[in-house]
Amino acid sequence: MKARFGLRAIAGVYLALVLVGPLVIVFWSAFRHGVGPVWDAISSPDAVAALKLTLLTAAIAVPANTIFGILAALVLARRRFPGRRAVSALIDLPLALSPVVVGLALVLVWGRAGWFGPWAINHGVSVIFSTPGIVLATMVVSLPFVTRELVPVLRELGIEQQEAAATLGANPLQIVWRITLPAVRYGLIYGVVLTTARVIGEFGAVAVVSGNIAGQSQTMTLYVEDRFQEFDLVGAYSASVLLACISIATVVVLRLLNRRGVQ
Amino acid sequence: MTIEVRDISKQFDRHVALDRVSLEVPRGSLTALLGPSGSGKSTLLRIIAGLETPDSGRIWIDGSDVTGVRPQRRGIGFVFQHYAAFKHMTVRNNIGFGLSVRRRPKAEIRARVDELLAIVQLEGLGDRYPSQLSGGQRQRMALARALAVDPAVLLLDEPFGALDARVRGELRRWLRRLHEQTEVTTVLVTHDQEEAMEVADRIAVMDHAQIRQVGPPRELYDDPSNPFVMEFFGTVNRVGDAFVRPHDLKLHRSPNGATQTATVERLVHLGFVVRADLVKDDGQALTAQLTADEAEHLGLEVGDNVFVAARRERVFLEGEGI
Repeated sequence: MKARFGLRAIAGVYLALVLVGPLVIVFWSAFRHGVGPVWDAISSPDAVAALKLTLLTAAIAVPANTIFGILAALVLARRRFPGRRAVSALIDLPLALSPVVVGLALVLVWGRAGWFGPWAINHGVSVIFSTPGIVLATMVVSLPFVTRELVPVLRELGIEQQEAAATLGANPLQIVWRITLPAVRYGLIYGVVLTTARVIGEFGAVAVVSGNIAGQSQTMTLYVEDRFQEFDLVGAYSASVLLACISIATVVVLRLLNRRGVQ
Repeated sequence: MTIEVRDISKQFDRHVALDRVSLEVPRGSLTALLGPSGSGKSTLLRIIAGLETPDSGRIWIDGSDVTGVRPQRRGIGFVFQHYAAFKHMTVRNNIGFGLSVRRRPKAEIRARVDELLAIVQLEGLGDRYPSQLSGGQRQRMALARALAVDPAVLLLDEPFGALDARVRGELRRWLRRLHEQTEVTTVLVTHDQEEAMEVADRIAVMDHAQIRQVGPPRELYDDPSNPFVMEFFGTVNRVGDAFVRPHDLKLHRSPNGATQTATVERLVHLGFVVRADLVKDDGQALTAQLTADEAEHLGLEVGDNVFVAARRERVFLEGEGI
């Protein structure tokens, strides 16, 4: 009993020091002079542009990585094929790789002097220093989460329910949509939450590829850093609060969605 | 014939699961595939269902060749040992799933599910989730789910294997009655010879990737065509070349034509039946079964010397051996 209380206390203090404390200080710093300055800061044109870019990036990267993640997880969990381990390790790579390296690699591939860069520019698309590059970098760094969450739960689920659905006449799409995904929804939702959080919070890879032009190629995280460098602390804290609120909202909304599906 | 299986072979890596197996399942019958684990019975059932692909051979259901047909289009119902309940759906939605993926009208599905809930005695439990049901209820739900789409054949893979003995007994009798009502051609996989004899009207005994004998339960018991089948249906004594069932051994106090003598090692009273473990004078062990009345009449005690005669015995010809 005592030991358990001790452990709880340690966990509580640790969380307070590492997570809750800094977060509270950010909120407190932003609102120190009231709501007015915060509103002004986040409704400035550059802040609104940054918010829009972050949301656009999330709107593309999260669904794309969710669909890819589901397909990759189904293949990795169900099929045995030569090179399966290699594919699995490859999907994990962005977790281990520094985002800066990811950004740099994209510059090498899509930059003016890169492999596909000139081809893209000839077709009127500039990837680096613009939105496509930001989206691409974000997709790479947030790639592993859905797959990583789904593979173990798919393994645990087994194939009996899917086989039962097949004998009852369900086609493969109906099986995935009506049996497999609902059965692994906890893992899927968690994977989507992690992906979204990573997409919204990504800094390093985006910093390398974006060019960081205020109002054009600045995501929320880049905007926060920019304000901070300019000694606009209220601007930096306000944008941080907004970022934190988006993240918290994501977690809460998905949790609620999750609860509604369960009896 | 509703199901015809011809020359089916299947190998997993280096393990031969089925070796040129042929079987005919008559319309309306309840046929049991009976055998020890690893004998290939579940693989055969899964191949009939289309859940496994045979390496060679062909399968017909209702006269049409379904060998390359996906399970979705075979017109089968399949029941799994561990229920395979859709855990995130209510009992109703589980049972109605087959109709729902066929895009039948909601009212029709509701009516059919009500009907099935009554048949499997789960009225009032339709809005529960599988986790709120007992094992026996879950398996009845799985049966209803399989029956909902009016399958041409019903395939049951050790359906009572995960249940405790009492529920298993109830469900066997219930399945037998259900089969008499619905008359759906049914194949049941089991390793339990008692279950096969109680439920099935035909039994195919499998061993080592092959079918050893097919026939009505009575015939397999009384007239086994090889020692494996004879030994699978209960204890057997070997007396020289002959095989004798325990209840075909008659014990006497006096020679009475019997030539063998033995000593009573142990007496086990199992209610109506008494089992006597004997040791012959040449050291061979025998098991005899007699009624409690007979045992009392003989005044049988441990250590007694008795004369043993076989009422009925079987000798298998060379080539029928194990």
